[in-house]
Amino acid sequence: MQCEICKTKTATVHLTEIVDGHRTETHLCQACAQKEGVTVKSQLSLNELLSSLIAAHQQTGENAIEEKVGKVCSDCGMSMEEFRKQALLGCPNDYSVFEADLREIIEKTQDNNLTHIGKIPPRIAKPAAQVQEQNLIEDIKQKLEQAVKKEDYELAAKLRDQLKALS
Amino acid sequence: MRLTDLSTKTSRWFDPDSPLSDIVISSRIRLARNLANRKFITKCTSNEKNQILQTLKEVILSLNSLGDIFFIDIEHGSTIERDLLIERQLISRNLAAGSGPRGAVIAQNELFAAQINEEDHLRLSVLAPGLNIEKCWQRINEIDDSIGEKIEYAFSPKYGFLTACPTNLGTGIRVSVMMHLPALKMTDQLKKLFDSARDMNLTIRGLFGEGTEAIGDFFQISNQVTLGISEKKIVNDFQTVIIPKIVEYERIARDKLLIQEVNILDDKIARALALLKSAKLISSHEAMFLLSNLRMGINMGRVKEISIQTINELFLLTQPAHLQINKGKSLNPQQRDILRAETLRAKLN
Repeated sequence: MQCEICKTKTATVHLTEIVDGHRTETHLCQACAQKEGVTVKSQLSLNELLSSLIAAHQQTGENAIEEKVGKVCSDCGMSMEEFRKQALLGCPNDYSVFEADLREIIEKTQDNNLTHIGKIPPRIAKPAAQVQEQNLIEDIKQKLEQAVKKEDYELAAKLRDQLKALS
Repeated sequence: MRLTDLSTKTSRWFDPDSPLSDIVISSRIRLARNLANRKFITKCTSNEKNQILQTLKEVILSLNSLGDIFFIDIEHGSTIERDLLIERQLISRNLAAGSGPRGAVIAQNELFAAQINEEDHLRLSVLAPGLNIEKCWQRINEIDDSIGEKIEYAFSPKYGFLTACPTNLGTGIRVSVMMHLPALKMTDQLKKLFDSARDMNLTIRGLFGEGTEAIGDFFQISNQVTLGISEKKIVNDFQTVIIPKIVEYERIARDKLLIQEVNILDDKIARALALLKSAKLISSHEAMFLLSNLRMGINMGRVKEISIQTINELFLLTQPAHLQINKGKSLNPQQRDILRAETLRAKLN
């Protein structure tokens, strides 16, 4: 296919525009496309969508006061204003620093969910499992004490066996 | 490992003998991860990016379970090398277009890739041919665990894995399934599919095309929500409900075409084959479009003399970076169109 402008080179940039249901196609070569200022966008990225969402959120005014104060993360120097432009945060700490501002954005993009369900990384999972086990041992110890007080020795024996199995 | 070793063959994820592979090309799971106590990429200096790159590269290259793997320096690589890796779905456009120290660890069999310093510090992905999402999850979960034992990930009990963009927060998981849906397109049912996907919080985008228009009816279907829903639930929904349902719709549409519009169908397929076999100049856009129709023809039993394997191979070999690397030199668009037509004629005649 020939370029529609220079009519000599092969068209490699193909534009499809749909305005009010009316479709127009333009076919240009690389050089002419550049001259015309046509840049090929590969995809409307999720980030760009998010940026527009964030911009809309900005106008609700709810956080207007906070905005004036201009809260900045002490770890990375990120501000909400900067986040609104690029839709990317600066460091993990931003999730705590801007928690109130991010809440609505997270809810909107995550189907109203606000807490994690699922995988816990091994370095955290092991300590978490240990804490859980410790809690369980404490719980059985308390029940055992009560069983002894109530002279329910059958239950006490059962609980003692459970404790043995855990320690 | 040289890139020409990749550029002359088909990707493993294009295996025609895998489950439902006539409609489901491949399954992929991606996990987004960041190191604890480090800034995200946007706020990192070049030096900090380099430290992250070296740390992650070393950890991943030390894993025994990955088989033959190699590191590719994207910062210092050439544009054509980056394009080749994009065409083979091993790295993202985002990583290629980024800046500063960044790279990828890739398995020789192309079923695993770790991108370092893309939007997050680490983007792991595991691929499998056909509908194999559960297998991908088992594999990537193991790899993620062995990395997570060696380094500390940024994680909060409330929000899960912390990512640069809140759209990946929580599990950081993106399940993507690449599907070939020519009959749904021919029977004008794509809009219905897109609408119901939106209602289910799924994203559908054209695979090889730019923007929303898919070239050759290849679509990538992926989950949007990453927070408040477990990896297992997402994986299970895709493996047992979402994808089998779309496959069923495509099959019904194919049967309908065979009964009601067999002449239109056969004409489309025959024209595709004739053009591919004889064209002297062909753009990648046109080649993709015609190969898609031919692929449908073979899978529906209308073309017998060409194998699916050949078509799958041609999808990759006719892409711009593949043509140029296999030719051993850079080519302008018209030279590429000539070589593309030659490649097609040689394989199909």
